[in-house]
Amino acid sequence: MLEVSGLHVWRGERHVLKGLSVQLAAGQALQLLWPNGAGKTSLLRAIAGLLPVEAGQVRWRGQDTEADPLTFCRDLAYLGHDLALKGDLTAGENLRYSLALRGRVAPADIDAALATVGLTAVQEQLVRRLSAGQQRRVALARLTLWDARLWLLDEPAANLDAAGQALVVAAIEAHAAAGGVAVIATHQPLALSTGVSSLWRSPGEPP
Amino acid sequence: MIREPSALHAAAQILRRDLKLAFRRPGEWLQPVAFFLIVTMLFPLALDPELSRLRQLAPGALWVAALLASILAIEFLFREDGRDGTLEQYALSGHSFAWLLLAKTAAHWLLTGLPLAIAAPLAALGLGAPAAALPGILAALLLGSVSLSLLGAIGAGLTLGIRRGGALLSLLVLPLAIPTLVFGARATQLAIQGDSLAGPLYLLAALGVFGLTLAPLAAAAAVRISLE
Repeated sequence: MLEVSGLHVWRGERHVLKGLSVQLAAGQALQLLWPNGAGKTSLLRAIAGLLPVEAGQVRWRGQDTEADPLTFCRDLAYLGHDLALKGDLTAGENLRYSLALRGRVAPADIDAALATVGLTAVQEQLVRRLSAGQQRRVALARLTLWDARLWLLDEPAANLDAAGQALVVAAIEAHAAAGGVAVIATHQPLALSTGVSSLWRSPGEPP
Repeated sequence: MIREPSALHAAAQILRRDLKLAFRRPGEWLQPVAFFLIVTMLFPLALDPELSRLRQLAPGALWVAALLASILAIEFLFREDGRDGTLEQYALSGHSFAWLLLAKTAAHWLLTGLPLAIAAPLAALGLGAPAAALPGILAALLLGSVSLSLLGAIGAGLTLGIRRGGALLSLLVLPLAIPTLVFGARATQLAIQGDSLAGPLYLLAALGVFGLTLAPLAAAAAVRISLE
């Protein structure tokens, strides 16, 4: 479903991605375990269309993503370093407003998603009073509600305890089982089942 | 989940979200209005308080203060959303980015431009404007603050990636705001003299429409560059 071919990306004076190619079919996840500074985030942002691509192509469902970025974005969920949560809104409000951009979501679905990530007790608290790990969990709940086919996750397990990491793994497994595709930048491999996920250890040696 | 990504619904939600956030932190949007009122109050204190002289100076004082207050306010427009990743998500939401930024700018105008316009008659009274001039002054500020907010959105987008971009923001936006300042001050002057101010008001409205069509596109392009 996702085909990246011959991708070249520059960050300022630095040639970060040099002719990178990778293909992912429905139900597959790819974990990028590249060393720091090797361009994990740049690759995710280039696929999402946030970074300009010098040469090469990203195709989604056979279509060049640059040709129709708005349609591509409706299939896309990007979870970056910054979680895009508002400290002065509660977890529930944050989810409601950010999901409103994607369509209407029933409040019961939001409650259920927050319950899944174990945040029912703090649902009415302002997000800035939550710990970094709890904020990650809010973002995880949002991700599962987004209903996107392509997940681009940048360090999704950062700040999470063991139970939280298990939630991330379960979410990605469920996403893959439903035919979704995920590209995950991480410095520690997530315990995904091998049938689902492949590891990519450095940009020089494709998976 | 029912997928119904309507652009209008998305914009309305952004507007509601920004208003709700602002009411949880009223300091941010009350500051510019307070600044505006205090600066206009300084003029009669520092200058000759003779009524006829004051009335001559009132249009200029009112508009320069309004311009500076709106520059002060526009810094907040994209800053926090840029920092916490919200703008990134807007850019990837599958809606026109310019349209969503227009919704943000509209929320910002409701929180800063509108209060400024409402405070303007009060400030004008302090500068010796006759009561009959107040509706005209309100109209001029209402129209003028729209184009100031839109111009500010371009400047805020361009300076988004820069730490301490406030000074640069004023250098970028103030020259662009000169037409609004000229026509706004002229409208206020005519209102104080009791003449018809339709001419400059139409020009202010034209500037507003011009900004409404082009500024969101320019702001979206600027913010995208800052997000890279």
